[in-house]
Amino acid sequence: MTAATRSLAPWASVGPALAWTLAFFVLPFIAMAAVSLAPQGDDGLDLDNYRQFFVNAAYWRAMTNSLEVTAMVTVVSILLAYPFAWILAEIVPERWQRLALMLAVLPFWTSYLVRSYSWLLVLAEQGVINAALVDLGLLAEPVQLANTRLATVIGFVHFFVMLLTLTIFANLKQLSPNYRKAAADLGAGPVRTFIHVILPLTLPGIMVGAFLTFVLAIGDYITPQILGGNNELLMPQLIVMQVGRRGDFASASALSLILMAVVTVAYVACARWLKIERA
Amino acid sequence: MKNLTRRILLAAGVAAMAAAGGATTAAQAADLSALVWCDHSDPNLLKPFEDANGIKVNVKEFEGTGAGLAIIEQSQPGDWDVMVIDSIDVRRGVDKGLFAALPEDQLPMADIFPEVLMDATTKFDGKRYGITEKFGYNSISYNNTKVDAADMATLATLLGDKYKGRIAIYDYYLPVIGIAAMAIGKKTTELTEADLPAIKDVLLKMKANSKAVTDVVASQTAIATGEVDILVGGGEWVTAGLARENPAMDFTIPKEGGVLWSQSLAMFEASKNKDMALKFIQYVMSPEGQARLATSSCYWGMPASQKAALSDADKKILRFDEQPGFLARAQPYPAPDEALDKKMQDIWTEMLQAQ
Repeated sequence: MTAATRSLAPWASVGPALAWTLAFFVLPFIAMAAVSLAPQGDDGLDLDNYRQFFVNAAYWRAMTNSLEVTAMVTVVSILLAYPFAWILAEIVPERWQRLALMLAVLPFWTSYLVRSYSWLLVLAEQGVINAALVDLGLLAEPVQLANTRLATVIGFVHFFVMLLTLTIFANLKQLSPNYRKAAADLGAGPVRTFIHVILPLTLPGIMVGAFLTFVLAIGDYITPQILGGNNELLMPQLIVMQVGRRGDFASASALSLILMAVVTVAYVACARWLKIERA
Repeated sequence: MKNLTRRILLAAGVAAMAAAGGATTAAQAADLSALVWCDHSDPNLLKPFEDANGIKVNVKEFEGTGAGLAIIEQSQPGDWDVMVIDSIDVRRGVDKGLFAALPEDQLPMADIFPEVLMDATTKFDGKRYGITEKFGYNSISYNNTKVDAADMATLATLLGDKYKGRIAIYDYYLPVIGIAAMAIGKKTTELTEADLPAIKDVLLKMKANSKAVTDVVASQTAIATGEVDILVGGGEWVTAGLARENPAMDFTIPKEGGVLWSQSLAMFEASKNKDMALKFIQYVMSPEGQARLATSSCYWGMPASQKAALSDADKKILRFDEQPGFLARAQPYPAPDEALDKKMQDIWTEMLQAQ
């Protein structure tokens, strides 16, 4: 093999991936960035489509709504998923773990759209939850659960608890039992061992799941659109609204890039835990 | 849309197609290719035409003129033969050189309700580019077993407290802004930027009384399941299809009026199958086609043709005989220029974000 061939070999192996990224990410990204600079009703380039986001309170509100909802979803999903993953990894016998995991991800098998509409029916005034609470005498009359932020959060959490359970479970299974034995030998009780040993060591699993939850939730249109009842707008809804009748791809592109910038900031914040090789 | 945006979108579309290995488009594989709203996808409408002509009608659904025009911009000329479009937006296609003139002498123009011919928005330089096929009203849908019909006779009820929390608002800014304008005595054809603050106040009052702002499917679901009892912006398109099984589903046009919506069929200038495209338009405008379109499974609406072959029961549900009165009270869809359109969408956004 010549020196030239040897130097080209790595490029040949990553070539397809690079070509894919170039064709389906870099070029569309450049196109979207260029479109976002097109002024309203005129030729040329300017930053007006970005400016409107910062001067229009309703647009800015969409971002704060998105961040609030996504933060709630991420925190609640972690709080529910961790104990679930712990039970699966530590308490469920090994021979049943595969079945338990399969049951845990069963809701993934149904369509996302169908799942969202199902939640709408469950949370409706005449839905299962309200009917049960009224029948039990806990409520005098049904309360509004559907078409609220709470409904959006519930819809998201149902989905992302499963995702986080998988990432945390995988992390827990990789932990050597020797860590716990060593902590016990040094006099640490179960709580102290969990807080100072297990939790820090499973932080990568939590952060990977949390980052995926954040990215997928903040860019999701379907769940807030179906369950939120448009009583407040999140960023994906605001973006889609620009395209619907007006076909304002310039505004939609600018808003999309702003959203992408927020995701990039989240990635940078989580980067130390997202490395493939653990430090 | 600006030239730059159009060029970039087109280039991106072509690049994506090239990357996909030059796959043939769905349109090329079909005998007639139609960009449509969901009511045209009903096999009950398409099959008789397909059987009679031995062809397949390939349909692609879209929502919103902007989305429809984006599909066209990312297609090759000739990919599409006919398009369903808001009658007020036919000009947008004509300005882009997309549509061919329709031969009025080969279409049943005399059968169409005169009030919905919409010449101002479908006819330019003496040539017709769009023909109204279906129309209706954005006004009020309600459950007549839970809401007093007398209360629905005026838009003022929507701004009071009586039905607070039992109202949904249809999520489309133009017709609901038209309704809000009527509530304060403005004509939909004379709206200016100066009217927007007062319209916004009405929208905010409606929002304060509402439970949700719902799209087409959610609107039908909300009123059918009893989640709400009133839908602002509703009309026969929401309740008529449900009324066969549930007569409580009702609609009215209050004394202030309702917004007249209408959809048109247009033929593409670049169509490679103009004869079949015209045949399709003629079929849809025929008494049989009109009846099938009016009662499409996706949503019902009034047929544009007075000769639609509807059953008496379906005519009753659609209030066919009451149309002269309805049309007299109806006002056209707001048709703002681009700058005013943007501002209208912005006050709609503010309304949605209001808590």
